[in-house]
Amino acid sequence: MADHPITVTDAVDEAIRAHGQETYPHECCGALVGADGRITATVPLPNVTDEGPRRRFRVSDKDYMMSERRAGELGGELLGFYHSHPDHPARPSQYDLDHAWPNFAYVIVAVAAGRAGDMTVWWLKDDRSSFEEGELQHGDENTDSDTAPAVHR
Amino acid sequence: MATKILIPTPLRPYTDKKDAVEADGATVGELIADLTRRHAGLKAHLYNEQGKLRSFVNIYVNDDDIRYLQKEQTPVSAGDTVSIIPSVAGGTESVADRSVGVRPLADLPQLTNDEVKRYSRHLIMPEVGVDGQRRLKAGSVLCIGAGGLGSPAAMYLAAAGVGTIGVVDFDVVDFSNLQRQIIHGTPDVGRSKLASAKDRLTAINPHVDVQTYEVALSSENALKLFEPYDVILDGTDNFPTRYLTNDACVLLGKPNAYGSIFRFEGQASVFGTKEGPCYRCLYPEPPPPGLVPSCAEGGVLGVLPGVIGVIQATEAVKLITGIGEPLIGRFLIYDALKMRFRELKLRKDPDCPVCGTHPTVTKLIDYEQFCGIHPAAPEPATVNNATEITAVELKQRLDRGDKLTIIDVREPNEYQINRIAGSTLIPLGDIPRRYAELNPEDELIMQCKSGARSGRAADFLRSVGFKRVLNLKGGILDWIDKVDPTQPKY
Repeated sequence: MADHPITVTDAVDEAIRAHGQETYPHECCGALVGADGRITATVPLPNVTDEGPRRRFRVSDKDYMMSERRAGELGGELLGFYHSHPDHPARPSQYDLDHAWPNFAYVIVAVAAGRAGDMTVWWLKDDRSSFEEGELQHGDENTDSDTAPAVHR
Repeated sequence: MATKILIPTPLRPYTDKKDAVEADGATVGELIADLTRRHAGLKAHLYNEQGKLRSFVNIYVNDDDIRYLQKEQTPVSAGDTVSIIPSVAGGTESVADRSVGVRPLADLPQLTNDEVKRYSRHLIMPEVGVDGQRRLKAGSVLCIGAGGLGSPAAMYLAAAGVGTIGVVDFDVVDFSNLQRQIIHGTPDVGRSKLASAKDRLTAINPHVDVQTYEVALSSENALKLFEPYDVILDGTDNFPTRYLTNDACVLLGKPNAYGSIFRFEGQASVFGTKEGPCYRCLYPEPPPPGLVPSCAEGGVLGVLPGVIGVIQATEAVKLITGIGEPLIGRFLIYDALKMRFRELKLRKDPDCPVCGTHPTVTKLIDYEQFCGIHPAAPEPATVNNATEITAVELKQRLDRGDKLTIIDVREPNEYQINRIAGSTLIPLGDIPRRYAELNPEDELIMQCKSGARSGRAADFLRSVGFKRVLNLKGGILDWIDKVDPTQPKY
């Protein structure tokens, strides 16, 4: 997969930022749902890490399975996951790399002092050596087709 | 006997986009091995370099996690459905990486019920929380000196719940300490500072392990003393120990919560971290000896070390818990009279002899020599070579009626506290302007508080041609001890 342009709708952008601010100073996490390089919905998930939520997130197996199911119900597929980096740049860490899955979009939002800032998207290289930064495009073009609202549990 | 395996979304590109495939095997281990033979792209993502299943690959047989069955030995048969469930996790670098102790959370001590109650105002703030308090409990700070800076710093660190507090000092509590060294009280005068400090810290918080080291910090013992501690808190009052503390911190890679005070001004920073500058990046060389007066000579506002020592303690707490923005690469200057803080940006000097790219100081050196201070020569049995006079000799000569001119080179406010009867006050800084007032034929006795400043005045007078100049050894302090105990000492 060469360069990966991916589009987020304004509603998705806002939902990720709001979630990151809500859980600050802890990390938030959630699933990204959509199709054909367009993220049209998010599924906010509880952070079940037992390593301290200020620097870590983990999605439970149950929530992972639910996310795949939910993606289908929304008429799309599971495109990846987002999480926040409280008081830390929106760049993946070694820990992120060690735990990354291929073909997933990893969206990271930096939340500094409670305010959401930079948002970036990353893809694991197929040889697992590093992440490749994708291009995060914003926009609501084709709004008539599939504007699924952000889903909150 | 093929078993059905459900493939999660991110792995479907390796299974021809299928969400379910089949493989053979009697156990989960065999089944997954067969799966990766059929779909080679899966291997790198399911197995690590050692050929073991990656820790974040979860496998379920029907609805059960194999971790709670027989792991990879879990038997499977044709009717079972096996699911590969990605464990999705991530985060920034761990607190352990960021905080100084580098301890995995699982290894941190738990808090007792008493501690939960004591630290509740910390625990309810998510920035500290239970984990942060456990880091403090596991954490350790070594205070160099139990004086003006070490007093408030150690007291607040004890109250905050830092598990181990070390204190290095070899002094005895004196009345002149009590104006600022609040860890000691009036009944402690005459006791060792360490015994007094330990009592006070234990009274504040019995959960703290107070370690005391009754030694003078030296190049021989510094690395060994610092080694077990997370943060070193520099509360020293002299240049040799300050450079020694800095260099030892850099060599060990330990952060140095630095503070210093003089008269009405204080300074603070965090030195010695890998990414930040050290004290030598700011001051590569010490000032010439005698140029910068000590607090004993120049005085210090009693409340000032309270402010600076607590800033040092704040930085130590932040470093241990890994929260906030440490004072690394920033130099804070506090002016108590103006009540203003200024901040200077400090850069790591690539040419720094200790922390630069090609360091020339790779082990601890002789810091007395580095700072131009030569060890005192052994005391001669009798004085002396005609440059010094003792208090007792001076008294004898005055009683004999010798005509002596005593010049007190201290400041007027010091002269107000105590003086030798008949002395003339000419502060050291005025000597070069006013020496013409003196008669080169007279025998001059130069005197200050302890003999250092008057020694410099005597050297100056000799350099401009005065022949009969003697320095009063030990200054007015010795005079009071040996001749006139009715006067107050300061």
